[in-house]
Amino acid sequence: MISRFQVALKNLLRKKVRTLLTLVGIMLSSWVLVSLLGFNRGYEQALNRDIDNMGYQLMVMAKGCPYEAATMMLQGGAGLRYIDRSMVDSIVSNPAVDKVTPILMQAFFDPNKGDGGGIAGYYGVEIATYPAMKPFFRFRQGGWFRDEHATEAVMGFEAAELEQREVGDMIMVPEKNIPLKVVGILERTGTQDDGTIFVPLKTLQKISAIDKITTIGIKIKKDADSSKLENALYQLPDVQVVSFSQVKQTIMKLISTARVMVLSIAIVAIIIAMVGVINTILMSVLERKQEIGILKTMGAMPGDIFRLVWTETLILCACGGVGGIVFALAFARVTDIMVRSILPYAPSGGLVMIDIRLAALTLAIIVAVGLASGLYPAWKAGRMRPLESIRGEG
Amino acid sequence: MTRNTVSLEARGLARVYRRGSEEIRALDEVSLRIRQGEFVSFMGPSGSGKTTLVNLLGCLDNPTSGELDLAGRTIFGKGNLLGERELTRIRREIFGYIFQNFYLIPTLTVRENVALPLAFYRKPGVEGEVERLLGMLGMGHRMNHLPRQISGGEMQRVAIARALVNRPEILLADEPTGNLDTKRSQEIGEVLQELNRNAGLTIVMVTHDPGFARLGGRLIEMRDGRAHEA
Repeated sequence: MISRFQVALKNLLRKKVRTLLTLVGIMLSSWVLVSLLGFNRGYEQALNRDIDNMGYQLMVMAKGCPYEAATMMLQGGAGLRYIDRSMVDSIVSNPAVDKVTPILMQAFFDPNKGDGGGIAGYYGVEIATYPAMKPFFRFRQGGWFRDEHATEAVMGFEAAELEQREVGDMIMVPEKNIPLKVVGILERTGTQDDGTIFVPLKTLQKISAIDKITTIGIKIKKDADSSKLENALYQLPDVQVVSFSQVKQTIMKLISTARVMVLSIAIVAIIIAMVGVINTILMSVLERKQEIGILKTMGAMPGDIFRLVWTETLILCACGGVGGIVFALAFARVTDIMVRSILPYAPSGGLVMIDIRLAALTLAIIVAVGLASGLYPAWKAGRMRPLESIRGEG
Repeated sequence: MTRNTVSLEARGLARVYRRGSEEIRALDEVSLRIRQGEFVSFMGPSGSGKTTLVNLLGCLDNPTSGELDLAGRTIFGKGNLLGERELTRIRREIFGYIFQNFYLIPTLTVRENVALPLAFYRKPGVEGEVERLLGMLGMGHRMNHLPRQISGGEMQRVAIARALVNRPEILLADEPTGNLDTKRSQEIGEVLQELNRNAGLTIVMVTHDPGFARLGGRLIEMRDGRAHEA
């Protein structure tokens, strides 16, 4: 016996090239759509992960541009403003504060970095407070500095790999020509810390001839009111407070243009695929006019013919949708690279996160849009009259 | 509806086509009665109205005027025309159709082509009918072949099996040997005669071949849209 599904499938296989081209169109739209949805989710997750891995929820820094502050928070930066170390003491006394750590960010120009040189980022951190903020740090080799005045450095995974350094090696601070002994190399964290070189705070202050700090990282107590703390911190003179939500909102605003652009591409791809489906199914219906007439003489009702043609659409869209999702999963890395190239800021780790729910949602959208495209051809086939169809009229 | 009660009766059946301002009277006041188990051949030159009549008798088209009773039930009459859905219901209950061009689905095997009507409508008790019919028509060894792999005569046998798979009361055959050579035509003629004699199937056939037309027990000649008993 033969089912309607088998009949529909064999109909599609009759014109293999046409069916294949339509499938490719649907696959492309499915690919773009699932990648876009995956990006929407993945970017936010990656950003959250980056911020979580900061180890603290609030940062206090000297007043300045909030965008600069956001960049500095995640990447480090030049042209920095400074605050007094004493401010740490006034913050730590707040009952909502769990932990506080002072940080000095410095950037030096390294002529040996990359083609034509590059900026080397150094973080001056306190051995007494900073490691407690980053309990998830794991060392590939060695450990933290011996004391606050040691001329030692701990290198992030990528920084060490780039410079081919091992524990015990000496590195030179660019511009200052001061040697530092590498005492620890971190495991990969998937964050900006991978490219950072950590130095004792007092050592970096001495190297830079600056007795101040750039940032204070604050970990809030569990269940404490963060907005209340933020308001209290704003009372401190000449500082600005950067919180998770602020940074996140700022960056999400920055990438919204890119999201709109990708969404537009997805919509155009879906429209093209829809037109392809209509064309393929309609052509197939018109070519099989006599066969449809015969099916009606056999007792097929208009609804039967409608469902048969709609089943063909369903097969096309389901196969194309699944194919697109498989491609999206297989080439997620390529998509990631492409998306990164057009974004003003991209967090570490995978930006395109596709899971089973997202795949199912994409498939449902593609199938629903495809079935809508198949409505007209299916309706046209269903209302054909047998005699006119057999004669090739109508 | 049972086999014993089925018969066709046309009273003043007419079909007029319009082509612009021109009116073409394809069928002109035809009245006739076909009893259950008859083998009726309609013969006539092109344009004589034989196919138009068979299309009306087979509920493939609505008449312009006239009445048609099927097993005592008035199908068309007194301005009453049926919609496509109702015509389909009658067609799948009562009729099987074969055509000059076979109209087999090229991507389906012989077995699948014959089973195709069952995908849309299945009368009770037709299990195993596909294999039985193909065996009876000498196509048992070709079940898994595609239409392009069999001859024209074999294709028409498959089309006959497909028409009979839902056990119709009446088989309508429109020029069933129009695309076949003499030998194959004879074979198809013998098949139709056997179905009529042995299975008691009512057959209404259109042909332009006088020799083939005489296979049936009754011959009706069509001229200018009118029917004349020969």
